[in-house]
Amino acid sequence: MSSTVAAPSKTAPAGGAKGQPSGDNRYKMLEATMKRHQYAADSLIEVLHTAQELFGFLEVDLLLHIAHSLRVPPSRVYGVATFYHFFSLKPKGDHTVVICMGTACYVKGAAQVVSAIEALGGIKAGETTPDGKVSLMTARCIGACGIAPAVVLDGNITGKQTPAAVVDHVKGWLGNGS
Amino acid sequence: MAVKTLTIDGKAISAREEQTILQAARENGISIPTLCQLNGTSDIGACRLCLVEVAGIPKLLPACVTRVGEGMEVSTDSERIREYRKMIVELLFAERNHVCAACVENGHCELQDLAISVGMDHSRYDYMNPKCAVDITHKRYGIDHNRCVLCGRCVRVCDEIEGAHTWDFQGRGANTRTISDMFVPWGQAASCTSCGKCVQACPTGAIFRRGSTVAEMQKDRTRLDFIVTAREKKQWIA
Amino acid sequence: MDLNDLLEIAEKENASAKPIRLRCCTAAGCLSQQGDAVKNALQQAVADADMSDRVEVIGVGCMGLCSAGPLVKVDPDGALFEQVQPQQCASIIASLNGGGPAEASVGSDTIPFFSKQHPIVLENSGRINPERIESYIAAGGYQALYHSLREMAPTDVVEEISKSGLRGRGGAGFPTGLKWATVAKMTAERKYIVCNADEGDPGAFMDRSVLESDPHRVLEGMAIAAYAVGATQGFVYVRGEYPLAIARLKTAIQQARRMGLLGTQIFESPFDFRVDLRIGAGAFVCGEETALLRSIEGQRGTPRPRPPFPAQSGLWGYPTLINNVETFANIAPIVTKGSEWFAGIGTEKSKGTKVFALAGKITNTGLIEVPMGTPLRTIVEEMGGGVPNGKVKAVQTGGPSGGCIPAAHLDTPVDYESLAKLGSIMGSGGMIVMDQSDNMVGVAKFFMEFCMDESCGKCVPCRAGTAQIHKILTKVTDGLATSADLDTLRSLCEMVKSASLCGLGQSAPNPVLSTLRYYPDEYQACIDGGATAEASA
Ligand SMILES: Cc1cc2nc3c(=O)[nH]c(=O)nc-3n(C[C@H](O)[C@H](O)[C@H](O)COP(=O)(O)O)c2cc1C
Ligand code: SF4
Ligand code: SF4
Ligand code: SF4
Ligand code: FES
Ligand code: FES
Ligand code: FES
Repeated sequence: MSSTVAAPSKTAPAGGAKGQPSGDNRYKMLEATMKRHQYAADSLIEVLHTAQELFGFLEVDLLLHIAHSLRVPPSRVYGVATFYHFFSLKPKGDHTVVICMGTACYVKGAAQVVSAIEALGGIKAGETTPDGKVSLMTARCIGACGIAPAVVLDGNITGKQTPAAVVDHVKGWLGNGS
Repeated sequence: MAVKTLTIDGKAISAREEQTILQAARENGISIPTLCQLNGTSDIGACRLCLVEVAGIPKLLPACVTRVGEGMEVSTDSERIREYRKMIVELLFAERNHVCAACVENGHCELQDLAISVGMDHSRYDYMNPKCAVDITHKRYGIDHNRCVLCGRCVRVCDEIEGAHTWDFQGRGANTRTISDMFVPWGQAASCTSCGKCVQACPTGAIFRRGSTVAEMQKDRTRLDFIVTAREKKQWIA
Repeated sequence: MDLNDLLEIAEKENASAKPIRLRCCTAAGCLSQQGDAVKNALQQAVADADMSDRVEVIGVGCMGLCSAGPLVKVDPDGALFEQVQPQQCASIIASLNGGGPAEASVGSDTIPFFSKQHPIVLENSGRINPERIESYIAAGGYQALYHSLREMAPTDVVEEISKSGLRGRGGAGFPTGLKWATVAKMTAERKYIVCNADEGDPGAFMDRSVLESDPHRVLEGMAIAAYAVGATQGFVYVRGEYPLAIARLKTAIQQARRMGLLGTQIFESPFDFRVDLRIGAGAFVCGEETALLRSIEGQRGTPRPRPPFPAQSGLWGYPTLINNVETFANIAPIVTKGSEWFAGIGTEKSKGTKVFALAGKITNTGLIEVPMGTPLRTIVEEMGGGVPNGKVKAVQTGGPSGGCIPAAHLDTPVDYESLAKLGSIMGSGGMIVMDQSDNMVGVAKFFMEFCMDESCGKCVPCRAGTAQIHKILTKVTDGLATSADLDTLRSLCEMVKSASLCGLGQSAPNPVLSTLRYYPDEYQACIDGGATAEASA
């Protein structure tokens, strides 16, 4: 499915985290979470959850800030953030389509839905269209097995989907240009 | 100190109870192939090359993390084990891009030694040909991911002995890669002290001293062990 | 808080119940089919009809028959409405007032799907309001904890669980009492309890449903376990994909804390117990116990060799008891009704009941709970209603670690040993029905792709082996494989099974081996006839 191998960033961000405008409330909330966990190194995953909720994705600067605050080696923070599929190091598109590829949905043809959207957007599962409009993701059972195949369109769970119906929907998001 | 008596490949031996099967075997001149194990760092049981059979236990056990037991009958060289080891080495060769003829480590590589000892002449598996980077941004050393076997020796030596924790792994499964700091080029990894321990620890030509030419890179792993022993026994404190 | 307080809360709760109650499913399956809108519409309709004095609408957990959702049940002895639409709600309420039949499809709760069940774990599911602790207490909740703390010594509790014959429901079926005894015997300054709610099998949702429908049941089981083994801190490790379960657990923990059922000096005894949540982040391997522990410690979820087992050295090096959600959910009833009662259900070696998630090509999808030893045929054909317009070809149990059981073996009783004999496993309870249109090589490849993606990458046999197996299977489905490839495939599967570090790698070859065993023709057909297999992901 989606590949997690990326190229290393070209330059090392200087020292600590930059870009923390003191007015940015999100940093304050992140700080509060870390404080609640007493800046313990083993709260790393909890803190990453909060950071992703606040910022949408985990930028390298943000990860560095967390590494410094929790006193965890940067390589370990990066290693943890990329081990778990929940964490995303890249921004998501304006719209997201999540196709369930759990067993129940698979036997009801979810793979064909994935291929159809991959072809439509010119992207692979786990990627975002170059124009940043649509992110395609796969999931492993979202608990709607009774209405398989299940597809989540911008957070709304829909059931008994067909490739054509989902393509229609996503076409609307992609707009004229594509 | 309790002593256990056991047999390894039919040979009766005695060992201290805190010893692993691997340590006991080595002390008695019995060699068991290993890759992820490195004296002086913690044992993780990851490469599975040291698997042995113990009479009465259906599962194969990794010798590097299994403690000796009274009356154990260990066999390190059954046909099944030999075949599995060979498959594991072949899998390693197929997983990345190993071009021995062009490698600095040629002739001194632990992976190559393993291939010879298990009698592998080619890999029966398809080559995966993954895209792997070569990073020569560090002024003294370089890392070529084409030759990395993900044994984690660099990660442990840098964390446990040097205390820098420059290395770790990113991603998972076949996409796992060794990374320095926040996935920056090694030369920009602020935590690296350029001590060279990972260079000594790496079993293959993945981490190398820059400027070494083909087959020139020879590593001295006993040095790492020496440092650790000296530290544990406080030999350097007058 | 003592027993009288508990009983008082229960009495008050029961007394305040209105004569007519509409139970409306608000678990994830029905919610994704507008279950919330239905509940709101029902409430609105009750208010509009001015019937609030005698009718109430209660949000409850999963009722089991998720495929017919959203479900609404009228109590006492009223109809079961299926696939309820918000616009039908006014007529449902009117029908209660003698306003003629409701314009909604009426199901039956006496069909085999319901009547063949034996609910223990699910006895409160779909009945109580999972967001109110009072509702759980009214159903007898927390009395088992009281009983344990005040009337039993820790060793008695361990003894009782041992005698019940309960085995872990997380997949491996390890005797629960034995595990508890091991942790209880350890002397340590601290011990931990961990509830494994990482439910990774794609297509299984038993644990999620229990957490969404009856979270206090799990907390009570954990607290009893903590008392029995001498732990003071617990963690529930929940899959990040289960937001509703997480929310309900959070609510439940807060409520229990406020009532003094978690925290310090529970039931005025010297026993302290605190529970915290840890949210998983999308890694199947974190269901494996040593990986789960690393994940709680904030690290990459890579397993480590055992021994030492978590019971000896777990979280931060302290003895740790790990059990599955369903295992914990069985504890309170065993304490209340006794080990003999529990041991009387099921088979010789597999006691009690098991919850299964039925899905795939089957008429009734949803959750069922049956005594161990129930024949597969009863589950699939009678309860599940068989394949719509077709025939069962195989039943997949155990997910990516399990195997496919062909229709010829449908009379097999479902217990740990019988399924293992067929080359599959009980697993956590996922049961996917396949029909004639499903290609078994494709199914094997699907699971192998899953395992390859989810391999942590630590050990070579699993990391490199699953990738090679997947590559060979792709050759097979693409029609490019030879008979020699099948031999390579077989030997590779055997090696990965025997040489991998953890259960993920050790069981990853099972779907391939079981389909090779039962459906060799389908593999052969790919080799002889080119790319006949269904093109899959
Ligand atoms: C790859 C893998 C995934 C697992 N996933 C789960 C899981 O999702 N839920 C679970 O309870 N146990 C899971 N287990 C089993 C656990 O390791 C452990 O045996 C179990 O939580 C013990 O609880 P029990 O004795 O109550 O069954 C998994 C095991 C493996 C090897
Ligand atoms: S040279 Fe030393 S400090 Fe730098 S990465 Fe290698 S072991 Fe770590
Ligand atoms: S770089 Fe060398 S030491 Fe590090 S994991 Fe790869 S092979 Fe092992
Ligand atoms: S078997 Fe797979 S998941 Fe388990 S330790 Fe090995 S690589 Fe990781
Ligand atoms: S398998 Fe898709 S919702 Fe369960
Ligand atoms: S040396 Fe024992 S597993 Fe690698
Ligand atoms: S989710 Fe409503 S019946 Fe299962």
